[in-house]
Amino acid sequence: MIAATIAGQRYGFDDLRVVMAKATPLRSGDILAGVAAASAVERVAAQMALADLPLKHFLSETVIPYERDDVTRLIIDRHDAAAFAPVSHLTVGGLRDWLLSDASGPDQLKAVGPGLTPEMAAAVAKICRVQDLVAIAAKISVVSRFRNTLGLPGRLSARLQPNHPTDDPKGILASILDGLLLGSGDAVIGINPAGDSPDRCRDLLVLLDDLRLRLDIPTQSCVLTHVTTALGLMNAGAPVDLVFQSIAGTEDANAAFGVTIAMLAEAQDAAAGLKRGTLGTNAMYFETGQGSALSSDAHHGCDQQTLEARAYGVARLFAPLLVNSVVGFIGPEYLFDGKQIIRAGLEDHFCGKLLGLPMGCDICYTNHAEADQDDMDTLLVLLGTAGVNFIMGVPGADDVMLNYQSTSFHDLLAARELLGRRPAPEFEAWLAGMGLLARPRALPAPIAKMMESLR
Amino acid sequence: MTLPTDPEIDPWNRLRRFTPARIGLARAGAAVTTAELLAFQLAHAQARDAVHAPFDAAKVTADLAARRYGVVSLASAASDRDAYLMSPHLGRKLEDASRWRLAELACDFACDLVLVVADGLSAVAVQRHAVPLIDALAARLGKEIKIGTVAVVERGRVAIGDEIGAALNARLALVLIGERPGLSSPDSLGAYLTWAPKTGRTDAERNCISNIRPQGLGYEDAAAKLAYLIAEALRRELTGVMLKDETGPAVLAP
Repeated sequence: MIAATIAGQRYGFDDLRVVMAKATPLRSGDILAGVAAASAVERVAAQMALADLPLKHFLSETVIPYERDDVTRLIIDRHDAAAFAPVSHLTVGGLRDWLLSDASGPDQLKAVGPGLTPEMAAAVAKICRVQDLVAIAAKISVVSRFRNTLGLPGRLSARLQPNHPTDDPKGILASILDGLLLGSGDAVIGINPAGDSPDRCRDLLVLLDDLRLRLDIPTQSCVLTHVTTALGLMNAGAPVDLVFQSIAGTEDANAAFGVTIAMLAEAQDAAAGLKRGTLGTNAMYFETGQGSALSSDAHHGCDQQTLEARAYGVARLFAPLLVNSVVGFIGPEYLFDGKQIIRAGLEDHFCGKLLGLPMGCDICYTNHAEADQDDMDTLLVLLGTAGVNFIMGVPGADDVMLNYQSTSFHDLLAARELLGRRPAPEFEAWLAGMGLLARPRALPAPIAKMMESLR
Repeated sequence: MTLPTDPEIDPWNRLRRFTPARIGLARAGAAVTTAELLAFQLAHAQARDAVHAPFDAAKVTADLAARRYGVVSLASAASDRDAYLMSPHLGRKLEDASRWRLAELACDFACDLVLVVADGLSAVAVQRHAVPLIDALAARLGKEIKIGTVAVVERGRVAIGDEIGAALNARLALVLIGERPGLSSPDSLGAYLTWAPKTGRTDAERNCISNIRPQGLGYEDAAAKLAYLIAEALRRELTGVMLKDETGPAVLAP
């Protein structure tokens, strides 16, 4: 029993899973799961109890049984005790204080990451304010490389997301060219295909690869299809740069995505074998988001923020180039409004960075959530300040295939200007060579020619 | 909305016909111009209103009955729109009265295919596109494939097709459902095909075709894909990630 006493009244919590859930700042998904605190005071009591919990406790008690779940097993089996040593004497509250203090510089934070379990990161996030989530994350840079260098301090990159309702090649190309002219696309040019037949995906991969080669763009491409489809395409010789997969924080939730840890390892090996990265070997692109385990009824009574951090425990096995929390995509039953989406986006970025991942965020919402573009502006400025590796660049912030709103090419430009952030260095040099760094939408001859050829 | 004399925007006006995406938006500094900003705000307001629009299930039921389908009207356990939006599990199961109504229809012999038409997040999409899509699909299905009962469900989510399909002893359930409204597409229909439907099926066990509407994936193209998937699912006795859509690229929209 884990407990806290407030003004003589004792608040007891059955186990780690319960205290983690009840300590989580209010969100609709935890209410839906029936795991949220029953009152505001019980929530703070849980936060107090959690703050007093020694970090070592997390190595002896799991939120989902070891025998029952392969994500739990990989978290426990692969824990790095040597990296944990410098903070092993701390409580959760003590860890927050240390993370905020001058004692933890970028080097210390990078070194301690492998020693922290996802649940430790989730716990400390629960007792952090927004300010803390931003300030701590801003001290951590996680650099990844494929054909360029992402995540360096002072940089802000974007996935160019040129989706089209029927995957029309001309329509996709028009969106890509618009994005490139406005400086998007250094993280990846990534298409969510409307139909995921292998032939369709191969055609789109060839389109992206031809474009990249013709314009000599130092970036990578991706068609976001299921890992099994990508494996088949790689075996058939298609030009696959990055392998995409949605992942979650429990074995059952991953099963609902049709994916296992072994499958991801096979895909990582296959991608590495293609040797398409010129600067580095980070070839995986993962997407996550709070609530995915609950939506497949695979949450085991855990809160959604803890399970999201556990998804990062899966991601960090595979040295990804990009990890993207698609924070507001899931809908209001999990994150009700702008306030809940904003906090969740910052928690995800914080936990991912603390655990050593190259975190980006799809700053987004759906039309049935109580949110709007003002909330996205708020989260964009906060995440930009926190040093997010990448955001999305969607034409006019309106994804016409997936039917939700994200951030636009214009939003990326605005955030770079406002926060003094620059594109990835190799991409920045390419933009400069095209005259686009000094003047966005200048029409360099090769791009003007491609636009002209769209008939 | 944009000034035809804006040299940044001129080249884009010609390219807009290739995509409904908001390409080539005029700038004011890094931001979009006032006209573009307000056009976006209006589209968001329209999508917000579409989420809350009521579903005229009686009209859809009558249209299907007129085509001589056996139609049954059902409702999920979500008692109203707010409960539907905030509690997805209620939208995945039938209310008791609907369950009893369905039990009366249950047959001992398996049928190939049960159709489930549900409002989902866009009643507008279902009312516009469900019946025309069913017409196109019926014309393409082989004579050996029999469409069983059609269930019209208020406040249903995709997984409610599992319970309905199981109750009707169907080999396949095809759920046609309103997708979340987008800014540029408040009326997208989604189609989800599930082999051996029963409560507890996961999304990895389904095949999905989305964005069905004349401006997206047209009725004929969608029906062709569905007919292929249905035939293959019946032949291979599975749906989901192991069944890939091998029909190749759809005829692309102009």
